[in-house]
Amino acid sequence: MSAVLQTFNLVKTFGGITATDDVTFSLEKGARHALIGPNGAGKTTFVNLLTGVLRPTSGRVSLVGQDITGLSREARVKRGVARTFQINQLFRTMTPLEMISLVTAERLGRGMRLFQRLDADGEAIAETADILARFKLEDIMDQRIATLPYGKQRQIEIAAAFAARPSVLLLDEPAAGVPEAERRELLETVAALPDDVSVLLIEHDMDIIFRFATRITVLVNGRVLTEGEPAVVARDAAVKQAYLGEAAHV
Amino acid sequence: MSGTVLEQHVRQSLRRARRWHPAELAFWLLAAASFALFPTRFLILNEIAILALFALSLDLILGYAGIVSLGHAAFLGMGAYSAGLLAKYVTADPLAGLAFGMATSALLGLLTSPLVLRGTDLTRLMITLGVALILYEVANSLAWLTGGADGLQGITMAPIFGTFDFDIFGRTAYLYSLLVLFILFLIARRIVNSPFGLSLRGIRDNQLRAAASGVPVPWRLAAIYALSAAYAGAAGALLAQTTQFVSLDVFDFHRSADLMLVLIIGGAGYLYGGLIGAIAFKFLQDAIATFTPQYWMFWIGLFLVLFVLGGRELIHGAIKALVARFPERGASS
Amino acid sequence: MLTILFDGIAYGMVLFVLACGLSVTMGLMNFVNLAHGAFAMLGGYVTVLLMQRLGLPFLASLPAAFLAAALAGIVLERLVYRPMYAKSHLDQVMFSIGLVFMAVAGTDWLLGSSQQIIQLPRWLQGRFYVLGVGIGYYRLFVIGICGLLAVALQWGFAKTRFGSRLRAAVDDARVARGLGIPVNRLFALTFALGSGLAGLGGALGIELMGLDPTFPLKFMIYFLIVVTVGGTSTITGPFLAAMLLGVADVMGKYLVPQAGAFIIYALMVILLLLRPEGLFARART
Repeated sequence: MSAVLQTFNLVKTFGGITATDDVTFSLEKGARHALIGPNGAGKTTFVNLLTGVLRPTSGRVSLVGQDITGLSREARVKRGVARTFQINQLFRTMTPLEMISLVTAERLGRGMRLFQRLDADGEAIAETADILARFKLEDIMDQRIATLPYGKQRQIEIAAAFAARPSVLLLDEPAAGVPEAERRELLETVAALPDDVSVLLIEHDMDIIFRFATRITVLVNGRVLTEGEPAVVARDAAVKQAYLGEAAHV
Repeated sequence: MSGTVLEQHVRQSLRRARRWHPAELAFWLLAAASFALFPTRFLILNEIAILALFALSLDLILGYAGIVSLGHAAFLGMGAYSAGLLAKYVTADPLAGLAFGMATSALLGLLTSPLVLRGTDLTRLMITLGVALILYEVANSLAWLTGGADGLQGITMAPIFGTFDFDIFGRTAYLYSLLVLFILFLIARRIVNSPFGLSLRGIRDNQLRAAASGVPVPWRLAAIYALSAAYAGAAGALLAQTTQFVSLDVFDFHRSADLMLVLIIGGAGYLYGGLIGAIAFKFLQDAIATFTPQYWMFWIGLFLVLFVLGGRELIHGAIKALVARFPERGASS
Repeated sequence: MLTILFDGIAYGMVLFVLACGLSVTMGLMNFVNLAHGAFAMLGGYVTVLLMQRLGLPFLASLPAAFLAAALAGIVLERLVYRPMYAKSHLDQVMFSIGLVFMAVAGTDWLLGSSQQIIQLPRWLQGRFYVLGVGIGYYRLFVIGICGLLAVALQWGFAKTRFGSRLRAAVDDARVARGLGIPVNRLFALTFALGSGLAGLGGALGIELMGLDPTFPLKFMIYFLIVVTVGGTSTITGPFLAAMLLGVADVMGKYLVPQAGAFIIYALMVILLLLRPEGLFARART
């Protein structure tokens, strides 16, 4: 297998605080890779560095061998790095149909077409319909997103990221706050993501991590503490002390 | 559900969103009928049409992209002076003046967009206000060109298409303004229903997600800001051409403040808010002027306060109720 | 030249007293109150009326200006401002512009549109010369009073319990509430104090800035410049911004009168571009 998304000696400091400390990391093609660590370990900062929200103090980010350190957020999306957010970031006044249409239109480069009619673009319609079906949103596609139940909104969050047709998908705590009744459907959605999409899962929930992840990286105080297969990481004494011990009584 | 059936549903749903509502048709029929119904009120009707266009311009950035502005008069003034100066020194052709006013305003919008697109709402309000004030001062100090405090005088307009002369009753003027308003409205309506318009709504709803969906947020905002400036420039050009005079007043703060009131009355984000607001605003102004012309400012202040405190919901509820009384049209489009 | 600088400092001092209340209310409740100038105008007119109609001396009318504006601040805060806190900046701006318009037209209706003049006491008239620099007694008086106020405010903000609670609330109102700080009452008090100071500034400024019903509109942009350039988290930020603005404005009017207010507006736009968070604001992460 080959690396899709890599970082080399990535450092990010805020004032005197080092949030990301010399992280060299590699996400393999088709991976189901979990990034874990206690609160304040720098997981969110790391994701922001990968997606271009933040610029690193030093170090590089590369996508399939090409340097993307200096690229903007939207340029990275165009190259195939998409993400979901820990807290839903949705177009709340839109319907799921409109939101997915928007992402699809952007992916197909229609964004500056001022006079294009949305219903006259067959390619975009086919793709939008495909996403709606894949994430089981057909029945609610004409309802305002703000009025939908939280679990559905979480589905749309993932669907919108997926609609950008990424090669790398960063899922930031996808099941956070989803009530038990809707949880199963959401986990099925995550499990059903196609194999050619490489997934980096930022998660707290050990249950989900051991269910999906084939590889785990543990981040503590901005540094990589260890990396390996789930079973190996789970036995690691340092991880237990730094993270699992804490998680046990959370 | 098979792919093709779902695709049909998606297509229909998208089409429904842009279809003409019967209330819209009724609105424009009424606007056209006003020409025959109020033959003695062309001057005020012309003012309404121009204010409506100006408000439409603000709606494009405020209602669709969420950009607040306290200095939209900058573009009205730019369009007015551009059209006035062109008529005075170069060509008296109205359409050339209209195009020129729109172009210069769009350019100004493009140049100032980097100032406006950063920072918080508060810095935006400040900077837009500042830009309008600067232009006021510039127009004031370039008295050799603009006439300064005396205003730009000596504008004469040639007939439209070389045929329709501007008359003293404002008949041609109103027809001209109404047509320009209608055409620019159609274009705006098309644009807000395009992928571009959809991306603007996305930016308004959630900038973080818009950027994460591949929308180049600053560029889109710059584009709509320039477009909105062009619309305001068109309103300014119409004002200059139909009154054949431009005064410093076009840059004045009260123009921007009035405009906000217009949009607050009518509501932002559905294109008709500015038009309905302009009608209500002018009738209000006209009515109050008949008994207390001096203290118009007091009443405008009172209305602003009352609207923000809760009167707005009442009006918007009334508009919605009115629209709901029109029967929904069938599947034809 | 130095005389102009001196005049600029006096002007800046008054601007500071006028605007500092606005900077605190903006920082504390994140509320944009463009009607701040209306309180200043109230203070100015109270002074004028007390002196002209009741023959009160200038010095005695200054505290009255402060009290009248503070009282108006308390009443209005309670009655109309409070529902505004939760609304968007745009709503707040529209609302307070509405108040400004009403204040301008209302004052015009009650007292006429003419420029108001007050007769300063004899000991504040005229000027003396130190090393060839002309120093007006009144300007010196203004600098003295405003300087004392600035020091007192800085001390109150930094050292007293009220000040530390206020700073905590400015930083994060929600956390402050959680700590048991009565943010609402704190804000009412601060609003009253800020309005009172504006009233005092309006009274002191009659001689320097003039006073007519359009005062709140004319100086609105000045207050906003002080606040946005100075930032809202300190006393020194707005103070320095007010000084800079005062000196720049007076110098501009003396040296390049044909440019008008252009310099000031351009300066503001450039400053906001370079430092959107305010020139003297603390860096926040």
